[in-house]
Amino acid sequence: MAEFLMPSLGADMTEGTVTRWLVQPGDHVDRGDIVVEVETDKADMEVEIFEAGTIEQLLVPQGEKVPVGTPLAIVATAAAPAARVALPETSGPAPPLAEAPKPAAPSPAAPRPRATPTARIRARELGVDLAAVHGTGVAGAITRQDVEHAALRRAPEPAPRAEGRRLLVSPRARLLAGERGIDLATVTGSGPGGSITAGDVERVAAPTAVAAPSLPSGPAVEVPSGRPRAAGRGPIAALMERSNREIPHYYLGIEVDMSRALDWLKAENRKRPVPDRILASALLLKATALAAHEVPEVNGYFIDGGFQPSATVNLGVAISLRQGGLVAPAILDASAMPLGELMRRLQDLVARARAGRLRASEMSSGTITVTNLGEQGVDFVYGVIYPPQVALVGFGKVTERPWAEAGMLGVRPVITASLAADHRASDGHRGGQFLATVAKLLQEPEHL
Amino acid sequence: MSGAVKTTCREALRAAIREAMQRDSRVFLMGEDVGEYGGCFAVSKGLLDEFGPERIRDTPLSESVFVGAGIGAAMNGLRPIVEVMTVNFSLLALDQILNNAATILHMSGGQFNVPLVIRMATGGGRQLAAQHSHSLEGWYAHIPGIKVLTPGTIEDFRGMLWTALEDPDPVLIFENALLYNLEGELAEDAGPVDISKARVLRSGTSLSLFSYGGSIPKTLEAAVQLESRGIDPEVVDLRTLRPLDTATIIDSVRRTHRAVIVDEGWRSGSISAEIMARIMEESFYELDAPVARVCTAEVPLPYAKQMEDAALPRVETIIEAAMNVVGGNG
Amino acid sequence: MTRRLEEPDYRRRLLHEMVRIRRFEEKCAELYSATKIRGFLHLYIGEEAGAVGIMQALQPEDAVVATYREHGHALARGISARALMAEMFGKVEGCCRGRGGSMHIFDAATRFYGGNAIVGGGLPLAAGLALADKMEGRDRVTACFFGEGAIAEGEFHESMNLAALWQLPVLFCCENNLYAMGTALRRSESETNLAVKAAAYDVPSWAVDGMDVAAVVEAAERAATAVRAGGGPYFLECRTYRFRAHSMYDPELYRAKQEVEEWKKRDPIATWMATLEAAGEIDAATLQRMDADVAAEIDDAIAFAEAGTLEPVADLERFVFSERGSE
Repeated sequence: MAEFLMPSLGADMTEGTVTRWLVQPGDHVDRGDIVVEVETDKADMEVEIFEAGTIEQLLVPQGEKVPVGTPLAIVATAAAPAARVALPETSGPAPPLAEAPKPAAPSPAAPRPRATPTARIRARELGVDLAAVHGTGVAGAITRQDVEHAALRRAPEPAPRAEGRRLLVSPRARLLAGERGIDLATVTGSGPGGSITAGDVERVAAPTAVAAPSLPSGPAVEVPSGRPRAAGRGPIAALMERSNREIPHYYLGIEVDMSRALDWLKAENRKRPVPDRILASALLLKATALAAHEVPEVNGYFIDGGFQPSATVNLGVAISLRQGGLVAPAILDASAMPLGELMRRLQDLVARARAGRLRASEMSSGTITVTNLGEQGVDFVYGVIYPPQVALVGFGKVTERPWAEAGMLGVRPVITASLAADHRASDGHRGGQFLATVAKLLQEPEHL
Repeated sequence: MSGAVKTTCREALRAAIREAMQRDSRVFLMGEDVGEYGGCFAVSKGLLDEFGPERIRDTPLSESVFVGAGIGAAMNGLRPIVEVMTVNFSLLALDQILNNAATILHMSGGQFNVPLVIRMATGGGRQLAAQHSHSLEGWYAHIPGIKVLTPGTIEDFRGMLWTALEDPDPVLIFENALLYNLEGELAEDAGPVDISKARVLRSGTSLSLFSYGGSIPKTLEAAVQLESRGIDPEVVDLRTLRPLDTATIIDSVRRTHRAVIVDEGWRSGSISAEIMARIMEESFYELDAPVARVCTAEVPLPYAKQMEDAALPRVETIIEAAMNVVGGNG
Repeated sequence: MTRRLEEPDYRRRLLHEMVRIRRFEEKCAELYSATKIRGFLHLYIGEEAGAVGIMQALQPEDAVVATYREHGHALARGISARALMAEMFGKVEGCCRGRGGSMHIFDAATRFYGGNAIVGGGLPLAAGLALADKMEGRDRVTACFFGEGAIAEGEFHESMNLAALWQLPVLFCCENNLYAMGTALRRSESETNLAVKAAAYDVPSWAVDGMDVAAVVEAAERAATAVRAGGGPYFLECRTYRFRAHSMYDPELYRAKQEVEEWKKRDPIATWMATLEAAGEIDAATLQRMDADVAAEIDDAIAFAEAGTLEPVADLERFVFSERGSE
C-alpha cells in the first residue's frame, strides 16, 4: 500500500495540475510507468510511478491543481494488500492532513483565508488583515512570517524632512558635539560644502575643560567624577524605567557545566605569569561575545522602530563602583579579541571605571551587556536591558550540583546563564540558541 | 643591511621568476610568447636559454586551455606561473578562472586546492584604445576563492611572486604595464614579501589616499604636491585587493578622518566603491568629510591622447579630490 | 579481444557494474521527485556501457575528469554509493560534504577531478593534469569525459590542439548521445562525424558502439595503451543514447518517443544480459542474486545518506581558501 504523490521536478515546481490520468483503478502498474500527465508553470510533464502494484484509487481528478507532495493516487503494492487507510510509507514529504482529497477545485470565494494558528494570533496582534496577505506555507497557507512581512510592508512612512536647510555636519563632528554638549547651530562650518567638521567643534569646545558626557543615544549612564557620591542610581533609575516601559523583555536561562572551563583555566594559568592570569569572568565574556556574533539578533540596537544588528560585538560590562552606582562600559570588538587581551581590557576597564576615568566612547558603544552577579551570591539574573541595546546576559554564581551526563551522575560546578532580550529583535527560539551557544562554547575553553 | 641597487620593475620581476625557477623545480612559466619572443613586455627575456622550453613554455593563442592546463597541472603537483599577456585576453579564460580555479576547492569540500599563479599586464595610458586598456583587477576581486595582487612598487614586483607561489590557492597578479619601466632602488637582498597586508607608504594626518598598482606613483606625486600646499596626506598602498586588508584601511581613516581612493577601474561597482562601503560600515563616526574617489571615466578608453588622459586618474585629479575633501580647513 | 573479456566472471562483473549504476540512478529519480535530492539531476540511464567500459582501461593512479552527468562515472571509478548518495542529500558525509551536489562529484582517493557543470570546462583541466604527469615523467593517463555538445565549445578545440601539440597523455572520451540538452547534433554541427574533427588535430580517433560494453572495453584498452605508450592523446567516441530526459524537469519536446523506443531496444544492460545468457554464463538465480546485492547496496546508501548530518551553517565560509599548507 503506497501513496503516489505529486512529484517535485525542480526547485521551481511547487504545484501541478493533473491534466490526464493514463491509468484507472484496477490497472496494474510497474515501476517507471508513466501514469499521469501534469501541467506546471514551465512544462507539460509525464510523471512516472516508482511503485509496482495495482492502482487502488485516484485521489485527484483531472483539471485540479495541487501542491507538490499531495497524494494523487493510492497503489496497492505487490508486497502489501490494499488497506483502506493510507499510511505515508514513502520517504517523501508527509502530505498535509488538511490536503486530503477534495472533490472539486477550490471555490473562488473562500470565506476564510488558510492560515496557521500562530499566523492568526500574530495577525491579531499586529492588526494585519489576513485576506490581504500572500501565503507561502504549505498549500499557500499564511504563515507567521507572512504576517510579519505584511506588517513590515505597511511600516510607517519615513518622517518628513525638517523645515529649512539641514545643517551639514560630519559624522565625527556630530559625535564630538554630542560628547561635549555643543549646540551645532552655534558652530560655523569650514569643511566641504560649508559642513561642520570635527575641528570646527573642537574650536568651539576648546574653553570647556572636562568632557562631561551626555549621550542621547547610548545608555545614559553617568561617569562618576573624582568625588565619591551616592549618584549612579539617578540616571540608572531613569534608564531602567525607560527600559522596562519600552522594551518587551523576555527571559531565558540555561545551566552550564563549568568543569571543563575551570579545569582548563587552572591548567592555563599555571603556564602564565601571575599578572597574565585569566579569570573565569573573562571566559564568560568571551563565550558571550562569540555567541552574540553567531546569533546577531541579540547584538545591536533597537532604534527608530527597527532593529539594527551590529557587525562587531562591543561587549558592555556592568561594573559596580565602590562609591555606589553602576556603569557598563564596552570592550570593543570583543568577539575578535584573544582571551589574554580581553582579560587585560577587562582589568583596565574595571580600574578606570573605579577611578572615574572612562572614555565617553566606551560608554555609548556597547551592543550587548553582561552582568556577572556571581560574587554577590546570586543564582539567576533577571536583567534589565540597557536601551537601545536589545539583550542583557547575566551570570550567577558557580555552585556544585549533581549533574547527569551519559547516564552517569556526578557533581559538577554549574553556573546559570540568563538572557533578558528584547522581543522585538529576537524570539525565544533564537534567544535559546544564543544561550545554548554560550554553553557550548564554554565546553571548549581552549578555543575561546 | 646590504646596499641598494638601481633597477626596474621589469628586472625585479624577472629576478623573481628566475629565483622561483631555481628554488623549486615544480615551478614553470607558460603563456603566449614567453619563450622565443622573450615575453610581450620582455619580462621573461633570456629565461628560455636559461631554463629550456619545458619550463619556459610557449603556448598557442588559446587562453582558456592554457589557463585551464595551469589549473590541472597545479592540482597535479606542479606550481605553474601562467602568464596571460594582458587582462584583456584573460576574458577568454574567465570560465577557467571563475568556474574552476576559484571554485574547485569549495565544490570538492576542501579536497582539491589549486596552487596556481596567473600573471597579467593591466591598465591604460598607452593609447591602445578600448580593447587593450582595461583595469579589471577590481572586477576580479569580486570573486571569492582567488587572491588578487596589484604590485605598485619595485619591492612588490620583486617579492610578491614567490609568496604567491607558496600560497595553496589561486593567486592573480595584475602588473600595470606602465610600471615595468619604473626605475627605483631595491635592496640587494630583496626577496619575498607578505601579501596579506596593505602598506602605509607615507604617514600623514590630513587625509588618507588609498591607491594600488599603476596609480601608486601618481598618488605619491600628488602627496608631494599636496604637502607643498600645507596638507599632510597619508598614502596607503592597498597591494592586495582580495582579501582586502580592511584593518589597515580603517586604522588609517581613524587617524586622518578623511579619505580619497584612487582606482584605475571604472567607477561603478569598483574596488573603490567597496572600500568606501567598508569605511562607511566600520568607521562612519570617524569621518569628517564624505569619502571621495578618483576613478577612470566610464567610457571605453579612447585612442586620442588628450581623451585618454582625461579619462584616467591623474596627479591633478587626485590633488583636486584631496583638496575638496579637506575643504578650507586643511 | 582482450583476454579478460573471455572470462565469465569478468563479464558478469561488467553487467553488475552497469546494473548498479542503473538502479542507483532510478532511485535518484524517485528521491528527486520526493524532494530528497534537489538542484539539477542529470541521469545517465542508457549510457552505462560508456563509463563502465572505459574505466576498465584505467589504473588507480590514473585521473578522471567528468561532466555533470557523472554518477555512472563516479560509481564505476570506485566512489562508494554511500558517499555519492550522501552528497546528493547535501550531507556532510557526502564525498564533497554536500558542497558540490549531483553535478560536482570530486574524490581525491580515486583521483576523480570532478563533475564539471560547464560544458567543455573539464577539457583544459584534463590537459593540465596530463601536462603535469608528462613533465614529471609519470606513467599515467587522464581520462576526460564530455558529451558531443562540448564539441561546439572553443575549449574542445583548444584542448585537442594543445594536447596534440604537446603530446599529452589524455584519453578524450566523447559520449555522443546525440543531444546537447535539447539540441540535436545535426542542428549544431556542420560536420557530424566527430572523428573527423579529432583527426584535424592529428589526434588518433575511434568511434565505438557505446551501447555495447564489450566493444567499449576493447576500444578503451586499445586507446589507453596507446596513450600510455607515449603516443599523445586519443579520441574515443562512444555512440550512445540517454533514455531519460536531459534533467528531471524536461518534457522532451525535441525528440520523438518512437526514437527513444528504438534506442531502448539496444539497451546496453539488456543486450549484455542476453549475450551472457546465450553463453550460459548467467541464469535466473545469478540475476536474482545480483539484483538483491545491488538493491542492498543502494538501500544501505540511502539509509546512510538519510542518517547523515547537515554541515553546520557556521562552516559556510570554509573552503574558500585552503586551511592547510600547499604541500
